[in-house]
Amino acid sequence: MVVQEFRRLFPALGERVYGKPLVYLDNAATSQRPQTVLDKQRELAARSNANIHRAVHKLAVDATEEYEKTRDAVKDFLHAGSREEIVFTSGTTMSINLVASCFGEAFVHEGDEIIVSVAEHHSNIVPWQLLCARKKAVLKVLEIDEFGGLLTESLEKLISQRTKIIAIAHISNVLGLVNPVADIIATAHRHGVPVLVDGAQGSVHEVVDVQALDCDFYAFSGHKVYGPTGTGVLYGKRKWLEAMPPYMGGGEMIETVRFSGTTYAPIPGKFEAGTQNFNTIPALQDSLALAKSCMSDPEIIENQKNITEYILENLAKDPRIRLFGVPRGTWTKIPLFSFVVEGAHHEDLALILDKMGIAVRSGQMCAEPLMDRFGVTGMLRASFAPYNTMEEAAYFVKCLDKAISMLI
Amino acid sequence: MSLEEKKQEVIDDFSMYEEWLDKYEYLIELGKALEPYPEGEKTEEKLIKGCQSRVWLDYERKDGKLYFRADSDAIITKGIISLLISVYSGRTPEEIAGDDFGFVEQIGLRENLSPTRANGLVSMIATIRRAAEEQI
Repeated sequence: MVVQEFRRLFPALGERVYGKPLVYLDNAATSQRPQTVLDKQRELAARSNANIHRAVHKLAVDATEEYEKTRDAVKDFLHAGSREEIVFTSGTTMSINLVASCFGEAFVHEGDEIIVSVAEHHSNIVPWQLLCARKKAVLKVLEIDEFGGLLTESLEKLISQRTKIIAIAHISNVLGLVNPVADIIATAHRHGVPVLVDGAQGSVHEVVDVQALDCDFYAFSGHKVYGPTGTGVLYGKRKWLEAMPPYMGGGEMIETVRFSGTTYAPIPGKFEAGTQNFNTIPALQDSLALAKSCMSDPEIIENQKNITEYILENLAKDPRIRLFGVPRGTWTKIPLFSFVVEGAHHEDLALILDKMGIAVRSGQMCAEPLMDRFGVTGMLRASFAPYNTMEEAAYFVKCLDKAISMLI
Repeated sequence: MSLEEKKQEVIDDFSMYEEWLDKYEYLIELGKALEPYPEGEKTEEKLIKGCQSRVWLDYERKDGKLYFRADSDAIITKGIISLLISVYSGRTPEEIAGDDFGFVEQIGLRENLSPTRANGLVSMIATIRRAAEEQI
């Protein structure tokens, strides 16, 4: 599919801001939604709004069918072994919190260790810190080199007899480098350590096969893959999900409730307490199908590659710019660029670019430890999606240059 | 110049620029011209929370009036601080505490800055107001 054609599926991309065409480059935070997804959300709210799994009436049956059909779609998207291994959540953050809480409850004890990397999003740090505080466990940190590459060779040394789980991003939301998660998982498994992959960025840019990866958990959000906000997924291997206690108590997650003792529903229901997000979760069917089709579309792949090369080349030209997450050797970079400009504050740049119609992110990108690692207070990030064009990339380069010259 | 007159002057100055980029250029100029703030006084205590950029604000009382000085690592923020200082520095605590700071909205700063920045602006105003209230 040509990019222009793909682009037209997204009504937001035709918007104008401050009288200028919107150039949306904050996709790593939230991607825009196609009309089909928006229509699906509206249709479900209008025609199938009823609690799932319980009532026998038509609306409830329709809603349940749509919701459970989505579980199959997610199973296919991740190439999971079974639909019971797919748990719906509100997003990556909830998925990781669920694992930190429930896996932690079952398997982490005083003096045990958990490994994360310095390049993680706060959502893949803080849940583990909370667990460590609760269990008196220790959080260990895998470092990166100056280019942003994970020092995977030092992982072996970090793993000990006490390591209970490793939690690592598939792709860092700041660096944009595809981490060698398969190698990390293989290393971890040699020591009998399970691995959670934070797939918030990975699910957008990489074909994910959880069975081939052999990861123990994979978490991602709907709103970054053209889906609705408040939708998320946790994939977990059956053996772990079955061994973990429930996350929240409430309706849906039970088998029988007695004051003498309650038993829980089999997975995945055990982790889906309360009224689920049945008006929006089914919209993931369309968004995931779209994401998948992008990943195998030669023209879109080519365009993404060209944009990445073009931006890397232009950022490298300007000696005032320091890019974080520089692809070298076998590292692959997605079109996501975080950088600082000497003498120009990231917030000033973002404000000026905004008035030129360009939406970028500035600040700490929910990754303060990584900001500290590089000794900066924040960065500017431009993150492209498959619907962004080369013309937009060129406009961004031109406007960035103008913004810098206004400030320096 | 009275507080009301000064506010009107700022509103008039700002309204000369139609384009947002021109308004930013103006704020950048103001920011660059702001009186230097001693590096040694950029302490945690003087740092205003709630801004994406770092803002330090300090004041002293002289002859019953408050004099502010401030700095930021972001130049547009610095320009906004410069505006606030030009309006409120050299006023009595009563004058400042009694003001509604509505002129900030009249020049469109609040709604045209990002929410985080707007938060920063709110924090700056709150700090100036608190300083005045403490001095009454």
